[in-house]
This record gives sequence, C-alpha cells and structure tokens, in this order.
Amino acid sequence: MPKTDLPIKGADWRPGASTEVLRLRAELLARIRDWFRSQDVLEVDTPVLSHYAATEPAIEPFQTGFCGPGSPHGQRLYLHTSPEYFMKRLLAAGSGPVYQVSHVFRNGELGRRHNPEFSMLEWYRPGMDYLTLMDEVDTMLATILDGLVDYRSAQRLGYRQWWLEHTGLDPWTDEVSAFRDFAERELGPAPAGMQHAGLEPWLDLLVSHWLEPRLPSGAVFIHDYPPGQAALARLRTDGELQVAERFELYIDGMEVANGFQELTDAGEQSERLEQDNRTRAAAGDSSLPVDPLFLNALVAGMPDTAGVALGLERLIMYAGALDDIDSAMPFSFSRA
Amino acid sequence: MATYSTNEFKGGLKIMLDNDPCSIIENEFVKPGKGQAFNRVRIRNLKTGRVIERTFKSGENVEAADVMETDMQYLYNDGEFWHFMDPDSYEQVGAGSAAVADASKWLKEQDSCLVTLWNGDPISVTPPNFVMLAVAETDPGVRGDTSGGGGKPATLETGAVVRVPLFIDIGEVIKVDTRTGAYVGRAKD
Repeated sequence: MPKTDLPIKGADWRPGASTEVLRLRAELLARIRDWFRSQDVLEVDTPVLSHYAATEPAIEPFQTGFCGPGSPHGQRLYLHTSPEYFMKRLLAAGSGPVYQVSHVFRNGELGRRHNPEFSMLEWYRPGMDYLTLMDEVDTMLATILDGLVDYRSAQRLGYRQWWLEHTGLDPWTDEVSAFRDFAERELGPAPAGMQHAGLEPWLDLLVSHWLEPRLPSGAVFIHDYPPGQAALARLRTDGELQVAERFELYIDGMEVANGFQELTDAGEQSERLEQDNRTRAAAGDSSLPVDPLFLNALVAGMPDTAGVALGLERLIMYAGALDDIDSAMPFSFSRA
Repeated sequence: MATYSTNEFKGGLKIMLDNDPCSIIENEFVKPGKGQAFNRVRIRNLKTGRVIERTFKSGENVEAADVMETDMQYLYNDGEFWHFMDPDSYEQVGAGSAAVADASKWLKEQDSCLVTLWNGDPISVTPPNFVMLAVAETDPGVRGDTSGGGGKPATLETGAVVRVPLFIDIGEVIKVDTRTGAYVGRAKD
C-alpha cells in the first residue's frame, strides 16, 4: 500500500485553461507564424538563460546559477525578462527583421493580469519607424484575430494629450506636487511608500488607477512619452520638449504591447543602463550586471529599428473574453 | 510593532489604516509593464463597517492590527455596556453602543455571539445567524391560518420588529435569521 492518501488534498492537477482556450492559443500562434512568414520576418529563438539581465528598475529578473565545467564555485545566471538584448545583437549581426515567441520571467509579478512566467511575442523591423510599426501591429492583429473577435483598427492618442484631457496635468512641465495633489484628491491618501517619490511613480500610479480605466473600449495606441518613461526608446526634441519615441497598445483598457524607436547609440545606452542601476540602488534593489555583449553590438552598429513586444496571454484574454490570466494559459503560477 | 508587507496581503488580513483596524476584502496587483507595481485593496473599517479602496506601493510595509474574533456569551446590559464572557476563560468585556450597534436588537442573554476585539477591546458584535426569541407584542393570532401569506409586524422580547405569519401569537418563540431579519419558523420545543 502506498503511504500517501490519494488523491492528495488541495493539489488541483487540472489546467487553468479550457480545451477551447488551448485551441484558441494554438490557433493564434499558428496565425502569428503564418503572418510573419508572409512578411518575410525571420523567426529566431534566443536563450532564456543569460549571464546578464535587463537593468530596468521596475522589472525584476529571477536569478539562478550554473555549476559545472569552468565554474567550480558556480556562477550567477538570470532568466531573461525579455529577449530584447539578444534580438538586438542579431540585428547588429545583420539578421534583418526578426521575431520570436518566447517565455519570459519577471519576479514579483502575480495577479489577475500578471504571471511571473508568460509568453512574449517580440519583433524588430530594421528601417521601419515606430509610427509605421504601430500600423503594422494594427494590421497584424486585424489579420490574426479575423473571425475570432471583432477587432477594430486602433485609435491613436498622444501621451501628453491623454493627460491633459483627463487630468489637466502636463507630464513635461508640471511639478511632482501637482501629480501628488491630483492623486490625493481623486484617489485618496497617497501610498505611504511614496512620500519621497519622484515624478515616475506618480505617473505610474495615475496611469494605472486613473487614465487606463478611462480609456475607450477597443484598441488605442498611446504614443510619444516623456523622457523619464523612455526605457530603451530613442529621444527626439520637439521644440522645447524631449519626447521618447515609444508607444503602448491598450485593448479594452488593458496594456497589451509596448514599442520603441530603438535607441542605437551605444554611449547613450550605456549611460541609461548605469542610470537604471542608480535608480535600483536608490530604491534598495540590487544593481544588475550591465551586458557588455549588448553594448558591443551597439558599438558595432545596430541599424535604425523599430521594435515591439506583445503579451501573448493578454491577447488571448482579449480574444477569449477571459478576465484572469490563469484561464489563458495551461498552468499558471499556482498550478505550476 | 508588527507589520505586514504587501506580499502578505490577502482576504481577511487585519491591518491598521488611518488609525483604525481594518480587514482586507480583496487585493489586486496592478502594474504598468515598465512601471511601479501597486496593490489596490478593498478594505473594511472594522469600527465603522465602511468599505473603501486604497492603494499601496508594492513592497511597502503596513502596521498589523491586533484583531481577534472570538465567540463569547452575552450576559447582560447595564444600561451603558453590553457584557460578554469568554466561555473558556470566564473573562468578561463590556461593549459600548458603537461596537454593538444594530446587533443589540438580537441579543438575548446566554446567546453566543462573535465579538471582534481590537487590542482586547470589543469593536463589533455579530449575533448568531439564527436566534430564538419570544414575541412580546403583535396583533392577536388568526387561528387556522397557516398559509403565512400577508403577515403582520411583531415586536420581539429584545425589541426587534420582524414580519411574522398571521397565526403567530404573543408569547410564542420564533426562529429569526439575523442577517436578513426574516422570520424562519416557530421554535420546535
């Protein structure tokens, strides 16, 4: 007789996604691959496990270690939070347009729309600008969602216009205190942990709690971000203002994709990675090793490129009218 | 001072908010892809019963509320306080009208109630889901009418007023659902 009483209580072995959703997921993946093949975009598959990590202050990689030949005492490794650096190295090596669907890992992110492991569709278009890439995202979605859900061509709204319309605040010129006052007036007392916060956390708070809930239904591109929200986007100067050439796609108020006119300048990129680590240190987070392979690829020369990353489960949630990421993937965190 | 990190948030967790003890009803993780993560919670103030929404920065620490919910026996009302006793330790506490609030109309001596204690003081009282109470006042019963249709108001021994079927008489003991204030049936003795 086995010692364990079977079945074991409290261990739900079943998948979170229904068979119908698994079919939807497979259908979307097949259509995505068909679409990129038709556009002559090369599918690639880069490592999940890396010696370096993206330094973005609000994205936390999982750490693991390698023990074996050449590493008698073990060496630290990271699970990637996005395949961005590897794909940009391929671009610098002359790959031409590339895409991939990969599992990415982000520590600490768990909720109705977040799972610490999820699938990202990411693609890069050398020679294309980010405004044209927005069109391409729209066309791609209309094609792959045809017959599955009533997807209508996305509206476009400037980030600055978005703020002015719904808050009267200008993220480029207004003081941090104006954002704080608005948040306290409309959302109640500020989180205690934001006593000394700079502008960016207030923008994040109001985007997620005030602006996103006021987005119209359907697809909307928000574009042209303030410089502090640039991440890896190129900056341009519009008159007096610095504008980050970045866009976000929302569908029914849910963030689905993020795109950039990619920063190609190695010096500026290096400075931003260092700045990320200073921001991390100030927040009490550990700094992360800057990726010399990625920087050297930029030194060698990456073509002007627009790139975008799209959360596959979010797309499945939209296409399947699902309100929890657990039902959009076979086994989410609590089942894995 | 005991604290909880936002990563410990879940339904039922008791924390201090604006100097009042509160219970988390719902906790949602909200994060822009490249931005700061937040915990948006729906939370009940255990003193007032009011439900509000509040946002915390993920990773923030919040003061824990020393709140205990315990079954206690209702003893008596001295005009100012309602007195309850822990059936195991025989320890007694006196709850004021703010804590007892609407529960007062269901409280019958010897009945067991759920008392919420904050730092040892009662802040709210939940009566049993079902109570047996005698009818103190109602129109005379209509014999033979067991349909229960229509009904009439009856004042119970504790002061609560409930709708009862026409056949119920003064002095009868009835069973009432305190969550809805609805008559359930005659007590079976």
